[in-house]
Amino acid sequence: MDVLGLLIPVSLFLGLVGLAAFFWMLKRGQFEDPEGDAHRILRDDYDDAPKG
Amino acid sequence: MLSLPGIHCAGCISGVERALMATPGVRDARVNLTMKRAAVDADVEVTAEALTQVLERAGYEAHELDPGILATTENDRRGRDLLMRLAVAFFAMMNVMLLSVAVWSGAEGSTRDMMHWISAAIAIPAVIFCGRPFYVSAWSALRVRRLNMDVPITLAILLAVGTSLYETANSGHHAYFDAAIALCFFLLAGRYLDHRTRASARSAAQELAALEVPRALRISAKGEETVSVSELTVGDLVQVKPGGRIPVDGLVTEGQSEIDRALMTGESLPAYAGPGDAVSAGEVNLTGPLTVEVTAAGEDTALHRIADLVAVAEAGRNNYTSLADQAAKLYAPGVHILSVLAAIGWWLYTQDLRISLNIAAAVLIITCPCALGLAVPAVTTAASGKLFRRGLLIKDGTAMERLAEADTVVFDKTGTLTLGAPEPADLDTHSKQSLSIALGLAQASAHPLAEALTSALRKRGVRPARLEAVTERPGYGVEATWKGQTVRLGRASWVGAEAPDVTATFLQIGDAAPETISFTDSLRPGAEEAIAALKAQGKRLILISGDTKGAVSRFADTLGLDEVIAEALPAEKAAYVTDLTAQGAKVLMVGDGLNDTAALAAAHVSISPASALDAARSASDMVLLGRDLSPIADAVTTATQAKKRIHENFTLATIYNVLAVPFAIAGLATPLIAALAMSTSSLTVSLNALRLK
Repeated sequence: MDVLGLLIPVSLFLGLVGLAAFFWMLKRGQFEDPEGDAHRILRDDYDDAPKG
Repeated sequence: MLSLPGIHCAGCISGVERALMATPGVRDARVNLTMKRAAVDADVEVTAEALTQVLERAGYEAHELDPGILATTENDRRGRDLLMRLAVAFFAMMNVMLLSVAVWSGAEGSTRDMMHWISAAIAIPAVIFCGRPFYVSAWSALRVRRLNMDVPITLAILLAVGTSLYETANSGHHAYFDAAIALCFFLLAGRYLDHRTRASARSAAQELAALEVPRALRISAKGEETVSVSELTVGDLVQVKPGGRIPVDGLVTEGQSEIDRALMTGESLPAYAGPGDAVSAGEVNLTGPLTVEVTAAGEDTALHRIADLVAVAEAGRNNYTSLADQAAKLYAPGVHILSVLAAIGWWLYTQDLRISLNIAAAVLIITCPCALGLAVPAVTTAASGKLFRRGLLIKDGTAMERLAEADTVVFDKTGTLTLGAPEPADLDTHSKQSLSIALGLAQASAHPLAEALTSALRKRGVRPARLEAVTERPGYGVEATWKGQTVRLGRASWVGAEAPDVTATFLQIGDAAPETISFTDSLRPGAEEAIAALKAQGKRLILISGDTKGAVSRFADTLGLDEVIAEALPAEKAAYVTDLTAQGAKVLMVGDGLNDTAALAAAHVSISPASALDAARSASDMVLLGRDLSPIADAVTTATQAKKRIHENFTLATIYNVLAVPFAIAGLATPLIAALAMSTSSLTVSLNALRLK
């Protein structure tokens, strides 16, 4: 049972990391254009060098 | 900000962005495929018109959008806020559930207490944060002494958390932290779906409105300047170019032209306008440039008076109670009474406040409207998504329910069942020579009849005759010299012919008798299918138009419409719709013109095509995005299905409640049973909604 003392904080921490990541994505507007992003990955404009 | 209705793939994104970035002065351009828009960051001297031309050359249809009207940031913030709360609720629910599983599977004593305390530590802050939309709404309802759906929700959450905290402190067996937070999660999911449907419809509707950037060309002492229509005052002189919409009510001071009043009155024949004639806002100038002295601008124009009629009619329609509201009205008091009765019963039986409060909380949680909160939004989201893909935009939340009830369909003619674009009818009766002269003359004019004639004749392979000294006489027609003879194409009175009751133009060669070239308005694609399908569904179909009797009845015959009303004035149209409603009919009005606007607003539910005037679109509940009319029939079918699904969902939710409530009242409901009932009912309701696809 002692392991619970470790596992519960660990699972909570991982969950919080996920939540924080979601907030960050939301703030950065990464859900503004889901359809466009799905298509953007297919084009080869910036395959050789990233956009400046 | 540009609207790009035609883009659909990765190639389009690259093409548009590359074309925009290559334009000098453009700093950054980004396409949003979901909204079909491009946001451009450019120097001040780069105009939107220049950019649309760049894109049109690159092969993409583009329109300027008025960013002032769009102002979607507010909506976005609300959606983002809901999404954030939803994410927190999900996180908390999953963690609390995980801990609860340990309790359900038999943790005892201090382990159970510890699990409960950790659950409380997660759930209480989460519930306070996530439930805020419900608390605010419940409080505002209570303040005006009313009950809404959020009152039992808030009470259930608070009571569940409160009793659970008390139980935990006294190392009791049952804690409902998981139920409280799951409740928040499911209800927030419903709220978010609801918000997204509304927000996307609203932003698309705003986009339609933003397409018409209201500008006018004012002539002042300093010369011509482009100003916003709202800046015009009475007495200003405004230049209206051929093809432009007249921005104000006024008197023509200079120039001669023909104006298209179809959107205002429904007449399909253009009317002549010269110095001294009155024109009103919303009419389209066809042939020659006009200078108009403003007699009324902004709020005083005829256009605005019609908009006022709309406001009055809309206020009447707001009385419609949606299915969800009807359910909430029955539900909210019922649940409270039930839980209070359960609490009183147990208190009388055991004299124990703790048990009776626990029972009351269990009843509230079990009955809580997770499924009810999801039942309607899930179905409307699925249905409106389906219709959006078919090219129909739903602007109003209850439009779908109202559409399902419609039993009478009233159509406008010009611009709705027809494209509002004329087509020459009897070209075969004319000689080759006349046709080639007609083409030579028609080419020189931008009048819609001339343009229609030009394209029809070119399609037939007619070659234009060689003409000299071609001049356009604004308001009359085109004149030229052909082999020494004067040839004319234009109005009846100008060439000395008698005006018929159909749309027509006249060709005169030398002194010969004028030849008539008559036009029919071409049918909107899908109109026949839509009418046939609606007839098959047993709807009563009526055609109502401001056009002349002859034109309307001939048109009705070709479509097989029996009930026809012609020469109707705007107020008569609205009155007719109101009469039908008074007789107990639920009217679906389909129209596009300003003259239809009041009728659109007065009808039970209304649809307008995207080509309709701004005022007509904003008065209607749904907007057809394409040229095709056939989605109307689909929309009715989908709406009927959607309504059926909503009813099914209510039934499902009620069945769950009826099954689970006795357990709760009997004191047998454990947190496990509550969690199971809540999740299964929410899931079944959502899955049932998805069947609509």
